Amino acid sequence: MQGLAGIAACSTVLASPPGHASRPVPYAPRFFTPVEWAFLIAACDRLIPADENGPGALALDVPRFIDMQMDTPYAHGAQWYMQGPFVQGPDNLGYQLPYAPRDLYRRGIAGMNAHAATRHGAPFAGLAPALQDDLLRGAENGGMTFGDMPSTVFFDQLLANVMEGGFCDPIHGGNTGLGGWTMLGFPGARADFMDWVDQYGAHYPLGSVSISGETA
Amino acid sequence: MSDDARRLHPVDVVIVGGGWAGSIMAKEMTEAGRSVVMLERGPDRSTAADGAYPASIDELEGNFRYKLFQDLSKNTVTIRNNSHQTALPYRRMAAFLPGEGVGGAGLHWSGVHFRMPPDDLRLRTRVIEKYGAKFIPEGMNLQDYGVSYEELEPFFDKAEKVFGTSGEAYMVKGQVVGKGNVFSPSRSDHFPLPALKDVYTAHLFRKAAEEVGFHPYSLPAANASRQYINPYGAQMGPCNFCGYCSGYACYMYSKASPNVNILPVLRRHPLFELRANCHVLKVELDADGRRATGVTYTDSDGKVVTQPAEMVILTAFQFHNVRLMLLSGIGRPYDPVHNEGVVGRNFVYQNVTTSNVWLDRSIDTNQYVGAGGGGVAFDDFNSENFDHGPLGFVGGSPVWVNQAGVKAIAAAHSGGPPGTPRWGSAWKAGVIDTYRHSLRIDAHGANMAYRDVYLDLDPTWKDAYGQPLLRMTFDWKDNDIRMNRYVVDKIGDVAKAMGARRVNLTKREFGRPFDTRQYQTTHLGGGAVMGTDPGTSALNRYLQSWDVHNVFVIGANAFPQGTGYNPTGMVAALAYWAAHHIRTTYLSHPGPLAG
Repeated sequence: MQGLAGIAACSTVLASPPGHASRPVPYAPRFFTPVEWAFLIAACDRLIPADENGPGALALDVPRFIDMQMDTPYAHGAQWYMQGPFVQGPDNLGYQLPYAPRDLYRRGIAGMNAHAATRHGAPFAGLAPALQDDLLRGAENGGMTFGDMPSTVFFDQLLANVMEGGFCDPIHGGNTGLGGWTMLGFPGARADFMDWVDQYGAHYPLGSVSISGETA
Repeated sequence: MSDDARRLHPVDVVIVGGGWAGSIMAKEMTEAGRSVVMLERGPDRSTAADGAYPASIDELEGNFRYKLFQDLSKNTVTIRNNSHQTALPYRRMAAFLPGEGVGGAGLHWSGVHFRMPPDDLRLRTRVIEKYGAKFIPEGMNLQDYGVSYEELEPFFDKAEKVFGTSGEAYMVKGQVVGKGNVFSPSRSDHFPLPALKDVYTAHLFRKAAEEVGFHPYSLPAANASRQYINPYGAQMGPCNFCGYCSGYACYMYSKASPNVNILPVLRRHPLFELRANCHVLKVELDADGRRATGVTYTDSDGKVVTQPAEMVILTAFQFHNVRLMLLSGIGRPYDPVHNEGVVGRNFVYQNVTTSNVWLDRSIDTNQYVGAGGGGVAFDDFNSENFDHGPLGFVGGSPVWVNQAGVKAIAAAHSGGPPGTPRWGSAWKAGVIDTYRHSLRIDAHGANMAYRDVYLDLDPTWKDAYGQPLLRMTFDWKDNDIRMNRYVVDKIGDVAKAMGARRVNLTKREFGRPFDTRQYQTTHLGGGAVMGTDPGTSALNRYLQSWDVHNVFVIGANAFPQGTGYNPTGMVAALAYWAAHHIRTTYLSHPGPLAG
């Protein structure tokens, strides 16, 4: 496709903060502790694995995206109604815990690692992929609780952020090299299809472009 | 609190809420020579600032961090499925996405711009005429609007011209003029702009629907199909199908919004003042509660002030209008036990489900291309366009492909066909196939009003200003579920004619309650409905409070029950209708417009 593919591939490998692709400095998480970071990397790798269909969450820098998001008002719960009392009810009436995304990660990761240790004698990141998948499926299906938090709450939060990180504009630190968009066939910020709208069934010829002008 | 509030200089009209209805009413009142203050609880917004390319087309910010939407941390609602449950706060955005800021939901909407079907305006009368009174299920509060299509037609026409609506007419002045919706009533004029081009999926849907024997038409879209200058002199650019409509301030100035189509003119008017970041706490009434004296609000500095006014026009979002009436003591609150009282009565939603069709892998469906209001629909099973007699339900549903532009995060969340895992390599394969080769077909059905579905004030939870949250008591009912299931089966016929490789028909399931966690639509309605009987409506047919004559309440709150169409076109027409009667009658003879 169009230019800059080399730069994209470079930043994929180096996982440096966006806008600082020239220096090969590994990303240092600001929110997650080393133990949490190890969990996040391992879990992301299972949720979007690299395979023949395209890059995985690690090449897309999804863990970096999630860590950067933890510094936003959203992660502090600023967009959620967080006034009490917090009364639990049927699932279909929605989220009713007092925890903002940052708390959900702290409690969720600790819970996942505790379950991993109890069942398999090692933290999540130290387990074989098949065991990691079992634990993730257990969390997804509500098979665990982390204190007063059903595992589904944590899993859904994690999966939502992983999808965001894999497919957002790279300005947010994920979707490195526009790899998520290229895999899907999403043109990103091209956002002008006046002469394409009635070219029925044809394959769009231009590569994705980001808000900052990066192309793939 | 209002006793201590600072009193401002009186104005003629205070308008609460800076969306479509508020902007239309402000324009009309300033044209009538009245001084207007428009209060908006959210920030000021403009396309130049909030719709700048390319920074504004950021899916994470627009659709997942809800940049243009209501700040739930300050104010939300509580929801329950029935009156035996404890309603719980809607803490995170999901099922519906109310707006906030100047332009309101009119800035982040998609642009589907309908006229209300004539039969829907008199649905109770029509159903009884066709099927008898016993056809109406027990507990359904089926009502008429109290206004006819013929009366509203000039105002539908005016709204389309202000919005720059693109579409193809079927009948103008009684003559068939084009390939528009054969079920639509005669119009006084054509759409101001020709229909948008069909995107590929809509093109396929149109062909297949015709083959099956239905009557497809281009959705009327307030996305300009070419450059346009509206009657106010506001300019729109041609839609380029960028796919960033819903959740965004259209960077092309192509999607109609108050910010593009009305406010640029209004902001310059010497009789108009916009105050952003002003949250209205209540409408002030005189000692006997029969007349409004103004509103009290928290201003952008957090100070509580009172704005005296001769008239108060509530133009906030549907449920905020209802809540302000309840908080202010305007109209008798609804009592579901005795089916008496009117404020909170007949709360309704939109009964929409989305089905998926997968085509051959050699075909790219290009789902990222889109216009929020564009697409192709058929109305063969909407409104009273078909015989409900043997079917035994009230209401109907248009069916359409309304490809508004599917973006990457949303596609990733939607995943693959049913049965595909939500993550891992199988998810990846499924989501790629689905994004590249599938399309979505909606059954966008009506939701009827029921005696035990209503709005009131929550006894427990409060907003950031210490006022009770609004409480929604809502669930799907068998009548509406049966309607949805009947119409969705028709989608199956169309999908087959499209040569579908795979079809997933999504139907509402009996016994599955309304789920606040899944996005459905922001088309909420009712709660302070219009009508001709003060016993069953909070507003008369001019949108005027029966009880407090200098309060008008404009919005989808006025719909006595749901409709198969999107609400904005009707809200705009009702605003122009009410404004017409205020200007021609009320201003010279203030008092009840209906007795």
